[in-house]
Amino acid sequence: MHRLRGGVMDRRIRVLIGKPGLDGHDRGAKIITRALRDAGMEVIYTGIRQTPDQIANAALQEAVDIVGLSCLSGAHNFLFPKVVEVLRKKGAGDILVFGGGIIPTADIPKLKEAGIKAIFQPGTSTEDIVTFIRDNVKTA
Amino acid sequence: MEKDHDKKRITTSSGIEVKSCYTRGDLEAGGFDPDRDLGLPGQYPYTRGIDPEMYRNNPWVMGQYAGFGTAEATNERFKFILSQGAGGFSLALDLPTQLGYDSDHPLSQGEVGKIGVAIDSLKDLELIFDGIRLDRVKHIRTTANSIGPIALAMFIALCEKQGVDPGQTQIIIQNDILKEFVARGTQIFPPRPSLEFAVDAVEYSAKRFPNWQPLMVCGYHYRDAGANAVQEVAFTFANAIAYIEMALKRGVAIDDIAPLIRVHFGAHMDLFEEVAKLRASRRMWAQMMKNYGAKKAESLLFRHHSGTIGGTLVAQQPLLNIVRVTIEALSAILGGSQSLRTSSYDEAYAIPTEEAEIIAIRTQQVIAYESGITKTIDPLAGSYYVEALTNEIEVRVKTYLKKIDEIGGAVAAIENGFIEREIADNSYQSQMEIQNGQRVVVGLNRFIASEGVKIPTFKVKASTEKRQIQRLKRLRKERDNSAVRERLEALRKAAGEKTNLVEPILKAVKEYAPVQEICDVIREVAGEYRSMPGAV
Repeated sequence: MHRLRGGVMDRRIRVLIGKPGLDGHDRGAKIITRALRDAGMEVIYTGIRQTPDQIANAALQEAVDIVGLSCLSGAHNFLFPKVVEVLRKKGAGDILVFGGGIIPTADIPKLKEAGIKAIFQPGTSTEDIVTFIRDNVKTA
Repeated sequence: MEKDHDKKRITTSSGIEVKSCYTRGDLEAGGFDPDRDLGLPGQYPYTRGIDPEMYRNNPWVMGQYAGFGTAEATNERFKFILSQGAGGFSLALDLPTQLGYDSDHPLSQGEVGKIGVAIDSLKDLELIFDGIRLDRVKHIRTTANSIGPIALAMFIALCEKQGVDPGQTQIIIQNDILKEFVARGTQIFPPRPSLEFAVDAVEYSAKRFPNWQPLMVCGYHYRDAGANAVQEVAFTFANAIAYIEMALKRGVAIDDIAPLIRVHFGAHMDLFEEVAKLRASRRMWAQMMKNYGAKKAESLLFRHHSGTIGGTLVAQQPLLNIVRVTIEALSAILGGSQSLRTSSYDEAYAIPTEEAEIIAIRTQQVIAYESGITKTIDPLAGSYYVEALTNEIEVRVKTYLKKIDEIGGAVAAIENGFIEREIADNSYQSQMEIQNGQRVVVGLNRFIASEGVKIPTFKVKASTEKRQIQRLKRLRKERDNSAVRERLEALRKAAGEKTNLVEPILKAVKEYAPVQEICDVIREVAGEYRSMPGAV
């Protein structure tokens, strides 16, 4: 599937996992962090209660390829697009953003329109997220 | 790899190895003595239950968790829940309220009214309970943790407003701030001042409201964060020890505080382990209180509330969640819970719809009135398996407690990340077991339906945030601002002198000082929690 990777990938994929907003439930964020590390990626987890600005700054400072956002409080429609917006404002619109948490299917089209590359709903396997990142991050 | 399955160890969800069959020998090996280790229901060590009649006279209190949007919407939902035969409810607060932020604070954007109702000031609480007298509800619980003493003060003030004798009400404030640092994340102040603040509520109630429960020590949230049954009990008991020892240090007698403490555990899917967990907990709790010198029988009682675990619910084939909740609820009742909250099957999607809420309540009613499991007390007692598990859980919990004690107690074990790491390890392991199929979750990793099932989901009105902010702005204009300032200054002085803060908070609350203004004063004195990268 990824025949090119062995030869071309000369560095590890860097990921920032962020918890925007006030929601403190980070079981999922921690599992994703560890699973991506086990898959060979460099992963930074921000910890809970970050503003979109803090997350965007961390993404820039850590020079990540992709940002994963987790929110279970229902504030995703406000917070996720905000992170994309701040990244673009800082000229880092090329950093991909994906999200997960308790996110109703009906909200997904709007989030994608706002620039969120993918939304993973409850029950997603970490392997699917690993595959998604490998397929979408250009490491060449 | 798949083929190795039958050779694998079979374990409980906590990793306790389960044998193919249990006999008398399993109990004799541990020196089991039924008279000493079990006793009778309502008798020391209370393994079999804290009440000599248990459910034969009255079933447990069936209390649901609700609250969303505005005070008016929550008021309507509470009236609905009570009309369906529930005896109580838990007031869910939105995150800005739990974290001490006004609804118009920049960090509150997008969160107002989302996971609970917004309470900016006493005004909102008055509206939530409009037409619901506090003495007409058996149990009112609330998830106030960081703001536990503020919630306590608000309920005292509300009793006064409604002209209700607090002695005729039962208010339960969660107020378990320590677990927040690990599992739920609503801490406002650093751990040590947080502990002091929580104990303020306990100390204050011990003197004036002996029938209220100003502390509900929670294992539920540890469990939902990925802990197993043994960890749930151990970490909860460690926190309880920290609260109790702080209160004792302040000169409160153990017999004055022990009866005020309630414990909240999750009800999980491993039925027999859950029952054993509750039985072992009652026994250990009674021993622990005795060791603290408790003399009154009611001090020895492990009063517990159970809640079915949200994290076991699955978004795929959501109607199956009704079955999961039934099994978990059975474990709570076979284990002797005093009260129970059942999850709605749509929780993996959103706040429950009314229809889902009714099914959750009816599930409890079917168990209570049709299943027959309430006819006799502790029906699983004497089962070789359940007794062996009860003993094993006790041994493992004590090992953990010893380790935490060596670290320096619960606060130190939280500060150095020990508890967070233990839970994260267990959580990751269970996730991997689900992904590799070792742990079966029907509809998720086996027996998968090809088509998704659509269920109706609940949505909070988009206008909630705006309406709430308007109300707060109006309040700021209408209240007596000089009185509020005066009360907050008095609070600041008390915080500086490290005296009990409930009384000065009560005075501020009565003048409609918002939760944020009260928290800001304490933030200035006690400091503020700073978010850190979590232990992964």
